[in-house]
Formats: sequence, structure tokens, C-alpha cells
Amino acid sequence: MSTLRFIVDNFNEVMYLSWEHVWIVGIALLIATPIGVVLGIVITKYEQFSSRVLNGANILMTIPSLALFGLMLPLLAIFNMGLGKVPAVIALVLYSQLPIIRNTYTAIKNVPPALVDAGRGMGMNKWKLLRELEIPLAIPVIIAGLRTAAVMNIGVAAIATYIGAGGLGVYIQQGIARVYPEMILSGAILVSLLAIIVDGGMALLERLATPEGIRVQRKLSR
Amino acid sequence: MNRLFVKLYRIIIAFIILIAGVTFERTGLIELLSDPYEYPVIMELFLQHLYMVTLSMLFATILGVTAGIVLTRHRFRRYAGVCMYIIGLGQTIPSLAVLALAMSFLGIGMKPAVFALTIYSILPIARNTLAGITAVPPELIDAGKGMGMPPMRILMEVEIPNAMKVILTGFRVALIINIGTAALAYVIGAGGLGDLIFTGISLMQTDKLLAGAIPVTLLALFADFLSELLGLSLISRGLRLSD
Repeated sequence: MSTLRFIVDNFNEVMYLSWEHVWIVGIALLIATPIGVVLGIVITKYEQFSSRVLNGANILMTIPSLALFGLMLPLLAIFNMGLGKVPAVIALVLYSQLPIIRNTYTAIKNVPPALVDAGRGMGMNKWKLLRELEIPLAIPVIIAGLRTAAVMNIGVAAIATYIGAGGLGVYIQQGIARVYPEMILSGAILVSLLAIIVDGGMALLERLATPEGIRVQRKLSR
Repeated sequence: MNRLFVKLYRIIIAFIILIAGVTFERTGLIELLSDPYEYPVIMELFLQHLYMVTLSMLFATILGVTAGIVLTRHRFRRYAGVCMYIIGLGQTIPSLAVLALAMSFLGIGMKPAVFALTIYSILPIARNTLAGITAVPPELIDAGKGMGMPPMRILMEVEIPNAMKVILTGFRVALIINIGTAALAYVIGAGGLGDLIFTGISLMQTDKLLAGAIPVTLLALFADFLSELLGLSLISRGLRLSD
């Protein structure tokens, strides 16, 4: 109850920090999505690079977030950007690559070859096939990748507080430092809530982006 | 064309090594690591980190696999969907929040850290055990039944070996998340390599920072390799061949 009181009492600050958190994650996703989707599409066309790119993204994902901040700090310090929002956004972009690239790749690989043949028979060239057939069919899966990335990024952005990026992690950090349980709890609860809300929202988006024909087909096959 | 890329690849790797060497020298990392007073401290923190990860992974593997197996038994199967949903929700909770929550209930030190790490690592392991055993083809189980196996033997000789690959994927994910989260355990007073990273960030001491960040990264990469190796010995050869 006292946690709720803390949130109500500091409502303006809560809103500000939540907005900051969403902002960091949103910018990172905006940058990561085009890079990841383009890379994913490129490796479906140039198959020989696929395992290399996916392995690289996998290695990036393996690096613990705090260690990544630590490794980037001396490198970015050269440009005077070692602390703050810039390294946080860069780390989030790097972490988002694996889910986005992998989902794009598998989605486009799984487009039924019969459909591609039908498109080709209608006289579509490579670009048209990609734009009108492969990407629309792949979009729900790509959005599922974005969803994974977004939820993960919300967690990593909470840690980014320690390199001065702000966001809701501030409450956890300050709460731990001051031994103020209400502050810790409200930070933890708000971050979790944010993750759950974003997860739900993206799930909805995923359903909306599924073409109607596929939805009907799935219902019938059930 | 391909050979050209390999050459480029080599040049890039050599360049990265060069930059890393220059950075290590400039930041004094090598000096710090060879310092007779600093070296034991770093070693101790490393061992602390390893201790936290090993203990929590041990608990998490036992509990997670057991939970996954129990939930796939006939009697509990109808709760599996609900549990899967709860586990999914639990995984969206950020690691720092789990640590902070553990601290606000259990205080500071090693115990709450190991507790939080265990809780957080159970989720992927239980989820994958559940998914893996559910995905075992029913005709294999029927074949086992037809051979007169009791349920226990079906579990040990049919279901678990067939689900092993998926279970190990869960183990790998849990282990890597665990190593990363253990670095954060410093903030609730559990030590570990996070000590060096956080101190390095707040004092802007790059040598200390790298002395923490590089071992944690290497540990995570090594854990990835280790789980792959574990797969070679635990997954039966017939299943590996069929991939």
C-alpha cells in the first residue's frame, strides 16, 4: 500500500521516468528495426552469409549487458559519449539484432515455395516478389521478433540507469542506495508493468498485422 | 569473391586485436592485472561470481526440470497452459527488478542474490522442459507402452532423451542470463565481478572497468561453448544425426 502511495505522491516524476524509459527503448527499436530487417532479407538472398551473420548476432546477445556497457565506455569516451543515453541506445540496438534478424530470416525462408512460384508465374520480378508477397507474409513473424526485442530492451534499459541513461531504473538504483523499500518496489513494479503492457500491445499489433486470409486459414485448420 | 572476403575478415580481426591491445595498454589494464596486490582481489571476485552462478544454476536446473516433468504428467497436464502463461509473464520482469525485489524481502548479501538468480533461471528451464516433453511424438510413447515400459521408464528412456535438445537450449539461455545478472548482484551486496565494473564506472577507472567487463564476457561466451559441448554428450547420437 505504501508503494502505491509513493507512486501517487510522485506521480509527475513517475510519468517523466516512464516516458524516458519508453523513449530510450523506442529510439533503439526505431534504429534497430531497419538494420535488422534489411540484414535478415539480405541473408535470405545471399545464403552463404546467413550462418555467419546469425552467429555474430548470437555472440552479441551472449555478452552480458553490464559488461557491454563497460566495454563500450572506454571506446565511446573518445567521443565524449561514454555515459548517458547514447551508449544505452547503442547497446539496445545491438541486443535487438538477433531476434529481429532471426525472425525475418526464418519468416521469409518459410514462405511456401508454391506461392513464390505463383508470383513468378504472374510475371513479378524479384523486387515485386519481395514487396508484395514475401514481406506481407513475413510481417507477423517480424513483429513477433520486435516484441521479443522490446521486452528484453525494457529490462536492459533498467540496468542502463547505472551509466546515467535515466528511466525507471533510477527508482531501483536510488532505492537500493537509500534502503528505501517503497522506492525499490515501485521501480521494480513499474518496469515489470511496462514490460507486460508493451508485450500485450505488441501481441495485439502482431494479430492486427496478420493478413485476413492467413487468419481465416488458421481458424479453419484448427 | 569468397576468398577476398576471408582476407578482409582476417584484416578486420587483426585490426580489432590491435585496437584492443592499444586500449589495454593505454588504460593500464595489463598493469592492473599483473599487480601483486590487485590480482588476488580480482581472482576472489571471479570465484565469488562463479560460486553464485554455479549454486543458483544447480538449484534452478533441479527445480526447473522437476517442475517441467511434473507439469507434463497426466494428472497435472491441464494446469500446464496456465503455468506456461505465468512463466511467460515472469520472464518479462527485468533481472534488475528481480534482484531488487529479493533484496527488499531478504536483505543484502549473497543469499538474496542466489535466491533471485535461482528464481530467474528456473523460468527458461521449466518452460523448455515443458515444451520439449510436450513435443515428443505420441507414437514414440505408444511404442514404449507397447514394449511394456512402466511410466517411469517411459519418462527416463523415451521422453527425456527426446526432449533433451530443447531442455539444453533452456539451460543455455538460463546460464547466460544468470552470468549477466550475477554481475548486477553487486548492487545488493553480493560481490562478484560486477564489483569491478560498477567501481570502474563510478570512478571512471577504465582499467578496473575492463578487468571486470572482459572476464564476464569471456565467462558468458565460455558458458555458451560449454552448453554446446554438453549437448554433444547428452543428446543421443541418433537424434543428432537426424538433424
